[in-house]
Amino acid sequence: MYPELGQVALVIALALSLIQGVVPLIGAHRNDQPMMSIARPAAVAQFGFVGIAFAILAAAFINNDFSLQYVASNSNSQLPTLFRFAAVWGAHEGSMLLWTLILSAWTLAVVLRSGSLPLDIASRVIAVLGLLSVGTLTFILFTSNPFLRLQPSAADGADLNPLLQDPALVIHPPMLYVGYVGLSVAFAFAIAAMLSGNLDRQWARWTRPWTTAAWVFLTLGISLGSWWAYYELGWGGWWFWDPVENASFMPWLAATALFHSLAVTETRGLFKSWTLLLAIMAFSLSLLGTFLVRSGIIVSVHAFASDPTRGFFILAFLLLVIGIALALYAWRAPGLDSTAGFQPTSRETFLLLNNVLLVIAATLILVGTLYPLFIDALGLGKVSVGAPVFELVFITPMLPLVFLMGFGMHATWRTGNLDAVWRDYRWFLAGAVVLGIGLVWFVYGRPSILTMTGGVAATWIMLVSLREPLRALAGRVAMTRSAAGMHVAHFGVGVFTLGVTVVSAFGLEEDRAIRPGQALSVAGYEFTLNDLGTGQGANYQFLRGDVTVREDGHIIAELAPEKRRYLVQESMMTEAGIDARLSRDLFVAMGDPLGDEAWSVRVQYKPLVRLIWLGTIIMALGGLLAISDRRYRVRQKQEKPSKTDTLAKASH
Amino acid sequence: MARYLIPLAVFLALAFFFVVGLGKDPSRIPSPLLSKPLPTFTLGTVSDPNSRIESRVMTGKPALLNVWGSWCVSCAVEHEFLMSLAREDDLPIYGLNWKDELDDARQWLAQRGDPYVMSLYDYEGRAAIDLGVYAAPETFLLDANGTIVHKHIGPLDMTIWTQDFLPRLRQLGVSE
Repeated sequence: MYPELGQVALVIALALSLIQGVVPLIGAHRNDQPMMSIARPAAVAQFGFVGIAFAILAAAFINNDFSLQYVASNSNSQLPTLFRFAAVWGAHEGSMLLWTLILSAWTLAVVLRSGSLPLDIASRVIAVLGLLSVGTLTFILFTSNPFLRLQPSAADGADLNPLLQDPALVIHPPMLYVGYVGLSVAFAFAIAAMLSGNLDRQWARWTRPWTTAAWVFLTLGISLGSWWAYYELGWGGWWFWDPVENASFMPWLAATALFHSLAVTETRGLFKSWTLLLAIMAFSLSLLGTFLVRSGIIVSVHAFASDPTRGFFILAFLLLVIGIALALYAWRAPGLDSTAGFQPTSRETFLLLNNVLLVIAATLILVGTLYPLFIDALGLGKVSVGAPVFELVFITPMLPLVFLMGFGMHATWRTGNLDAVWRDYRWFLAGAVVLGIGLVWFVYGRPSILTMTGGVAATWIMLVSLREPLRALAGRVAMTRSAAGMHVAHFGVGVFTLGVTVVSAFGLEEDRAIRPGQALSVAGYEFTLNDLGTGQGANYQFLRGDVTVREDGHIIAELAPEKRRYLVQESMMTEAGIDARLSRDLFVAMGDPLGDEAWSVRVQYKPLVRLIWLGTIIMALGGLLAISDRRYRVRQKQEKPSKTDTLAKASH
Repeated sequence: MARYLIPLAVFLALAFFFVVGLGKDPSRIPSPLLSKPLPTFTLGTVSDPNSRIESRVMTGKPALLNVWGSWCVSCAVEHEFLMSLAREDDLPIYGLNWKDELDDARQWLAQRGDPYVMSLYDYEGRAAIDLGVYAAPETFLLDANGTIVHKHIGPLDMTIWTQDFLPRLRQLGVSE
C-alpha cells in the first residue's frame, strides 16, 4: 500500500469536513432543507476517508514500512505485532490522527442516532463537529503529517518508547481520547442550541446520554492510566498530579458537573445558561489538555512529543474554538434562562452545590497546573506545584461533596423534603460513623481525623446508595434505569473513597538493599529474595528476582519482579511483581544493583488499593446503566417504524 | 448582561498567559544565563567522585559543556557526534553527568567511548539547577573567560553544529 494514499485520503476528508461544517450551517440559517441534508452524508464520507488514512498508517506499522519517518521513529521490526499496532498512537502524529478518527466516529454515531432530532438541530450539531474536524485535519496535514517519507528509508526503526510497550497502554490512549473527544458532542449540542436560540428540556434529554457516554469512557480511560502508572512506573503510586493526568482529570470533573446540571435542565428546565457554560467548559478543558500535552508548554513525564510550532497551531485552534463559543455564549445565553424557582432544600439546591464544588475543584486544579506557567510568564522564575497542594485543594471540596451527595440523591425536586430525608437517613449516618470509624480502627489501627472522615464519607455514601436499589429489587418501589445508574455510580464513589482513604493512611513502603537469600518484612509479611535470574523477552533482556512471600511462615505468594533492558533504545524499565487481592496488594519492584550481588528493592503493602479502580469501574457501570434508560430509546423505537414506512412507500 | 461576558474575559486572560508562555518555550529562547559567567560549583568527577573540581577549571580557552546521563536516550543519539568532535577538534568538551548512577555512567563511557576531558558528577542535580538545565542533553558553549555564549537543548548534530556553533566559534577566534 502506498502511504501517500493516506495523505490523499486526509486531504479528501478535509474537503468533506469543510462541506460538512459550512453548508449545513448556512442551510440551517436560511432554513434550506437540501443544504441541511448534506450534513449526514458528508459526515459519513468524512469518517470513511479518515478511517482509510488510519488503516493505511496502521498497515505501514504492521508491515514495518520504515520508509515512513513516523514509523521509523516509533517502531521496530523486533516489536511484537500488538505493540506495532499500538505504536500508531505512540507519538504525536499518530495520536492526532487517532483523535481525528475518534472525532469522526462520534460524529458518525450522532448521524446514526439523530433520526428523531429536528433536521435543523441535527445538521447544526453535525456541522459544528465538522468544523472541529476541519481544525484537526488541517493541523495534521500542515504540522503533524504521519505520512512523510524518509529519504533514504531506515533499515530498522528507533522503537516505540518502552514505557508504552504495555497492554494497558494499548487501550488507555484510545479510551481516554474517546472520552475527551466525546465531550465534543455535548459542545456541539450547546453551540447548536445557542445558534438556534432554542434550548428546552428536550435539548437536555438529547444531550444527556452523549455526555454520560463520553464520561464513561473518560472514567475508564483515566482509571486505566492510573493502573498503568501503578504497576509500570515502578513507584507504586496510583496518581501523581502530573500535568498530563490533571489535563485528563479536569474535563472529567467538568463533565461530571455537566451531566448533573443536565439532569436539572431536563427535569426542571432550569440552569440553562449554566449547563451551556459547562458543556463549553468540559470540551474546552479537553482541548486544553491536548494543548498542554502536545505543545511542551508544561513539563511532564508524559509529554512524549512536543514542538512549539504545533503549540502555536493548537493554541490558535483553542482560541478560535473556545473564544467563539464563549462569545456566542455571552451573546445568546442571556435570553435563555428561565426564572422558575425552587426551595432551598430541594434536589436542585444539592445539584447546584454539586456543580459549584466540582467546578471549584476543577478550577483549583487548573490553577495549580498552570501556576508554573503564570509565574514563568510574569518573569518570576520557575516553580512547580507538588502533590500535597493538589491533594489539599482536591480533598477540601470533595469531602463535603460526598456527604451532600447522600442527602441530595434522595431529596425531591422543587419543593424539598429535607425533614423526610433526615428522618429516613439519620440512622444511616449514625451507622456510617460507627462503621466507618470502627471498621477502619479495628482492621487497620488508629486512624487520623482525616482518615476517619474519609471512612465515614465512604461508608455513608455506600450505605445510602444501597437502600433504594435494594427496595427496588424487593419490588417495593419502581426504579428507572437512570435512577439505578445514579445509585450504582454513587456507590462506586463510596468504594473509590474507601480505597483512597485506607491506602493513603495505612499503606506501607520500604526500600532496602538485600542479597539473594535475605529477607525483609513489611506489615507482617516476610519477603525473601531467593534468587536472581536473567532471560530474554521478545525485544528486551530481563533480570528477574524470585521472591517468596510468607505470612506466619506459610508461603502465600511467589513474585517475579523484573528489570527490563529494552535493546533498541537501551533503556531500563521496571516491571513490578504484584500479588493482588481485593483486601491488599503486595508489591515488589527491583531497584538498582548496588554491587556485590546486592539489589535495592522496594516493597509495598497497599491495603484496599484495588478498590480505587474497582470504584471507578462501578461508576462507569452506573453511567452505562443510566444511558440505557428507556426514555432515551423510546423515541428511537417510535421513529424507526415510521422510517421503514416511508422507505416502503418509496419503493412501491 | 455583563455577567455572561465573564467566562470570555477569564478565558482571554488565560489565553494571554498561553501566548506568552508558548513564546517562552525553553527550547526556543536563550537561557537566562546567556552572556553571563558560568555559575560556580564544585563537584566530583565520574572517574573520581571524591575529587573536588571547581567549575573554574573550564575557563582559559573556549570549551563545550555537555550535560548527559546514561539514562538519556537522546544522549545516545548525539554521542557519536561528540566523539567525532573530540577526535577532530581542538575544543575541549567537559561533561556534566546528571542524575546518573556512577556504575551506569562509567559503563556508558567504557562502551561508547569517552569524548570528555572530564565528566563532572552531579548526582543531586544541584549544578544542573544553577545552569538552568531543563532536559538532557544540553550543550553550553563557553568562551575563554567562562562566559556562556550559546546554549543548545537537545542532541547535537552536524547541521546544528554548522549553523549555531561554528559561526560563534569563529568569533571567539577558534579556527577549524
